[in-house]
Amino acid sequence: MQDVIKGKAYVLGHNIDTDQIIPAKHLVYSLSDPEESKKYGTYALSGLPDAAAGLPTGNTKFVPEGEYRSAYRILVAGKNFGCGSSREHAPAALQIAGVEAVVAESYARIFYRNAVDGGFLLPFEAEESLITEIQTGDELEINIPASTLQNLTRHKTYHLRSLGDVLVIVKAGGIFAYARATGMLKA
Amino acid sequence: MTMTEKILARHAGRTSVAAGDNIWVDVDILMTHDVCGPGTIGIFHKQFGPKAKVWDREKVVIIPDHYIFTNDQHAHRNIDLLREFVKEQELPYYYDVGTDKYKGVCHIALPEEGHTRPGEVLFGTDSHTCTAGAFGEFATGIGNTDAAFIMGTGKLWVKVPETMRFEFEGSLPPYLMAKDLILHIIGDIGVDGATYRAMEFAGDGVMSLSIEERMTLCNMVIEAGGKNGVIPTDAVTENFVKSKTSKPYQPVSDDRDARFHSVRRYKTADLQPTVAKPHSPDNRGTAVECRGIKLDRAYIGSCTGGKLNDFVAAAKILKGQQVKAETYIVPATTEVARALLTTMLDGETLVQIFQKAGAKLSQGASCAACLGGPSDTFGRLNKSEVCISTTNRNFPGRMGSKTAQVYLASPYTVAASAVTGEITDPREFL
Repeated sequence: MQDVIKGKAYVLGHNIDTDQIIPAKHLVYSLSDPEESKKYGTYALSGLPDAAAGLPTGNTKFVPEGEYRSAYRILVAGKNFGCGSSREHAPAALQIAGVEAVVAESYARIFYRNAVDGGFLLPFEAEESLITEIQTGDELEINIPASTLQNLTRHKTYHLRSLGDVLVIVKAGGIFAYARATGMLKA
Repeated sequence: MTMTEKILARHAGRTSVAAGDNIWVDVDILMTHDVCGPGTIGIFHKQFGPKAKVWDREKVVIIPDHYIFTNDQHAHRNIDLLREFVKEQELPYYYDVGTDKYKGVCHIALPEEGHTRPGEVLFGTDSHTCTAGAFGEFATGIGNTDAAFIMGTGKLWVKVPETMRFEFEGSLPPYLMAKDLILHIIGDIGVDGATYRAMEFAGDGVMSLSIEERMTLCNMVIEAGGKNGVIPTDAVTENFVKSKTSKPYQPVSDDRDARFHSVRRYKTADLQPTVAKPHSPDNRGTAVECRGIKLDRAYIGSCTGGKLNDFVAAAKILKGQQVKAETYIVPATTEVARALLTTMLDGETLVQIFQKAGAKLSQGASCAACLGGPSDTFGRLNKSEVCISTTNRNFPGRMGSKTAQVYLASPYTVAASAVTGEITDPREFL
């Protein structure tokens, strides 16, 4: 696991559900075929209403039309990020689009679990609401050992909560790697 | 210990567990479907090898139900991937599309086929797997990676949840349904009010409910962020389960000194026909408050509101009426679809009642437009329509277009609203 994640922020509101992260009609593509799975990057966050797409202004496309990689590496979100369905396509779509970390006030538990067990991205919790502090496009730097989030654009630093019980799984890179490392599965 | 703690302790081979413990549990049933099955199978083969076998053929249940009646070729390919896997693994519990075994919506199919049993642990690659808590078991939704892990090992790590207890006093008045109770609770605690927790439903109001209504209660715990819903096992549960399976099971009950996160008490007589307004299941209103909101469409179906009792309730109101809003009827399973043809209400079958009222009936049982689905899905909201629905979620875009507006309500309220073309309290018809 790397120590620092650096990149542009894409800011979202509360209760961003999995249908907004990846609308259900796109859940037909292969997740194991590297070429076909790029579709998930193309449609990542395409279910957001225009006004909610990249706060505070909205109307900011997460992925440019026809492409599958986003310019934004870090999502900043409010409460209950990833609520709704159990589709693992949601953290997978964000990873395929290039997201490395989410910093939210809180998570829906299945999304959180999928992000950790599948090793798709790092789900950090902020100690305070950041969705009005940070603007879409701000340059951010997460220092994982120090548990800090630095807004390089606005010169402010925030504390992140510890990953707690799941840190061991995150460090291993997912539930399979963790189970092998601990001898539960044969290496 | 609570019911949930006892079930998890037993499946971890421990005499006791406490909320917050991280434990590995043995899984009784793993369920997957056409949307998450192919991804799960892909991870299973990648991690355990191309020749790997599932840990127990008797414990894997595969139920295609999401994208069935569509021309989407990728969706068809996903069904083919399930078929190949079932053949390769020789799985006995597969309910294939286009055959007599086809069932429809997995959460309703599981109990119909005897796969839900008190005291057991059920995981499924669908958030509404929590529905099965109605049978006194631990049931929750997981992603593909966790499901693939179970497929190979029969185990999964679980954090033992605290339990929030919800007690209802008094049997339901004739105008209320379980949907009103759960929408009321979600309005109280919010869409993240039960995150990481179990929601246990009890009291004579709950125990007087039919098994189908109990399923509706547990079905929507995920809309409050809950990990699982659970209802104590009684004669209603056991009569149903024993009519579907001869497999042995061991029910659990709360200890007298069980510790709860919180206990909330409601008098059912105090509640009103309840609506969740756009765009969140916790945006609560009453049907009376919403009177006058014009509707383009009414939708009756899904794991939440597409069971036989849901259609019987709708038919009570639709009988002899004409709908003003376009009304879509989607039975959850083939068993429900058959029952619509044989169940009589005052001399007419439910299908006759719906047809005479001007409702549109789907060609088959499936999840259909509850989650939007491919563009040609029956009942999908493809424009800025306003819809009242017996389904479970109304976040933007859930039933199709992100400019559509969805109101969630009970089958009574949806049927009454279909007749008038605007949101209507069912007491005007009952």
